[in-house]
Amino acid sequence: MSEVSPEESAKKGVSRRGLLIGGAAGAAGLAAFAFLNSRGGGGGTPADCVTTDLSATEKTFAFSNWPEYIDEDDGDYLSTLTQFQQQTGIQVTYTADVNDNVEFFSKVRNQLGACQPTGRDMFALTDWMAARMIQANWIQKLDKANVPNLDKNLISALQGVGWDPNRDYSAPWQSGFTGIAYNKSLVGEVRTMDELLTRSDLKGKVTMLTEMRDTMGLIMLSDGADPANFTDDDWSKALEKLSKARSDGQIRAFTGNEYITDLAAGNIAACVAWSGDVAAAEDENLVFLPPDDGMMIWSDNMLVPVQGTHKANAEKWIDFYYDPKNAALLAAYVWYVCPVAGAQQEMEAIDPTLVDNPLIFPTPEYLAQTHSFMALTEAAASSYEKDFADATG
Amino acid sequence: MTTMQRVFGKNAAYWLIGPAALWLGLFFLVPMLSLLTTSLSDPAGSPIYGYDLTWRVQNYVEALGDYWPYLVRSLIYAGIATALCLVLGYVLAYAIAFKAGRWKTVMLVLVIAPFFTSFLVRTLSWKLILADNGWVVNTLQWLHVMSPDGRLLATPFAVVAGLTYNFLPFMILPLYASLEKIEPHLIEAAQDLYASPWKGFLNVTWKLSIPGVVGGTLLTFIPASGDYINAAFLGNPNTQMVGNKIQALFTTGGDYPHAAALSVILMVLIVAMVMVYVRRAGTEELL
Repeated sequence: MSEVSPEESAKKGVSRRGLLIGGAAGAAGLAAFAFLNSRGGGGGTPADCVTTDLSATEKTFAFSNWPEYIDEDDGDYLSTLTQFQQQTGIQVTYTADVNDNVEFFSKVRNQLGACQPTGRDMFALTDWMAARMIQANWIQKLDKANVPNLDKNLISALQGVGWDPNRDYSAPWQSGFTGIAYNKSLVGEVRTMDELLTRSDLKGKVTMLTEMRDTMGLIMLSDGADPANFTDDDWSKALEKLSKARSDGQIRAFTGNEYITDLAAGNIAACVAWSGDVAAAEDENLVFLPPDDGMMIWSDNMLVPVQGTHKANAEKWIDFYYDPKNAALLAAYVWYVCPVAGAQQEMEAIDPTLVDNPLIFPTPEYLAQTHSFMALTEAAASSYEKDFADATG
Repeated sequence: MTTMQRVFGKNAAYWLIGPAALWLGLFFLVPMLSLLTTSLSDPAGSPIYGYDLTWRVQNYVEALGDYWPYLVRSLIYAGIATALCLVLGYVLAYAIAFKAGRWKTVMLVLVIAPFFTSFLVRTLSWKLILADNGWVVNTLQWLHVMSPDGRLLATPFAVVAGLTYNFLPFMILPLYASLEKIEPHLIEAAQDLYASPWKGFLNVTWKLSIPGVVGGTLLTFIPASGDYINAAFLGNPNTQMVGNKIQALFTTGGDYPHAAALSVILMVLIVAMVMVYVRRAGTEELL
């Protein structure tokens, strides 16, 4: 028999010595990698990471935003995005891939930390995450000369925020409220977080947001605590309330934007919700209301990362959306709080019924029932986030 | 001298192993090492500033202590799904191999057909089918099989059903492959020797299909126990599997070290279970 079985020929082909040498070389390479891995996770000097702006030669711009957050072409109606492209000749790559601040952060943190491009010239993130990124030197300073409308038209309520007092790095895209939404074809009115977390006719038909500050902020308010200035006790009490509702089967899921389809389909009856989503769903059964104990307020901010290579184009975009007319067109579609002064007057011509809508143009009385979440240190944030992740996942 | 050696010279084996080794080195070993170093790093670091490798074995103790219910739940769900797949899959594979006649090819194509659409889309469509106001639930309620406020979506049932549905083809194909190879004459011989149909099946068909059973159960159980899509879309917070926990720790929790430790634990657990299983099934030489 001259035939050699596959195993035997393999044994002959690769000597033990060859394997050992190969293995040792591989191990050495991996050890070197381990060293790099443990050192290279973050840090660096991100300030040096700022790239040269290619806007002069490349008429493109990539923006990552939250879902359902911009108007769309519809028959004769030209969306603001299309108008921007026509006016400036800039080709916009608009992607709705931000569904949760922390989740988005984990998508881009490795590139940002390693000084590599994320493929995005701009993204919109909520205040606290925007603050965290600016703190880490991952965001480019805007050239004020390119965004005159921002300085001129930003509503006073959003000026002078602690983490970016002069709005040097950020421009609010939209603001909004976090409150309660319910489907009135399925259940009666839901007015408080306590009802949401305990009412038996809602069992298994309630969702909460994965955004810790929204969900926990509302629960703390329902306990009479102030989310803008709370103690560890307030936190534990709220967390316990949430965990209990979860283990009792009251809560069906923790979600990002996707709750709205389940609410309309009747898979959930009531939930923690963002103000504009409910209105924009245009379903008369869906109701958004501020809980009796108060609601949360936030804004999502446009940020240009250090490796965003089309900053000037991004600034054109910001300036375009801070024109009151464009801002009003956008607000009429997304139903979130419009950050642009003068848009309320422009709204008269677009949709007079929206001019006095407090969800878009809130009055001072309406704003009096809103609360924001306290700024956290990096260590406190990660400890609270861990608690919250354990309670929700 | 074989053809291989004529083409590649005496280092034939190295040339042949080379491409796969390079691929695995780059896309398996390197990420694996990254996972291991992260799992032994100090969780006091943050995703922004990175983690320091401090050989903190405590991560494993903590991950196991905090998250063992997720591991147990995953193994139970995956186990039930695998058993269901085996029952459903064996019957179907048997029918295709022995009874389908000229429909054999069509049926095999139908088994594979779901792969032409995305895994996500298929799982999401189960959400529509099982929806609280969907026709399935409405019919069951009308028949009084289910209470008026009962539901299917966001229950353990939906998660296990989703797992079973998604991994069924991985069971059927290896089963079919080993059933198809069985010489019909062997079964006839068993009948000639006065074996009852059941005895003939047990002693001939079943025994010869064991490699398919082992292959199919492994291909089903391993991915099912690590799956998180089904639990994410079809389950509720109390039916989360270990994959969901790992995902949550990595993303929203921002706790890479514990997430990595939990991943390693899952991997070691599955490898150990597979080794015991294969040894007990006595099929090492058949694999």
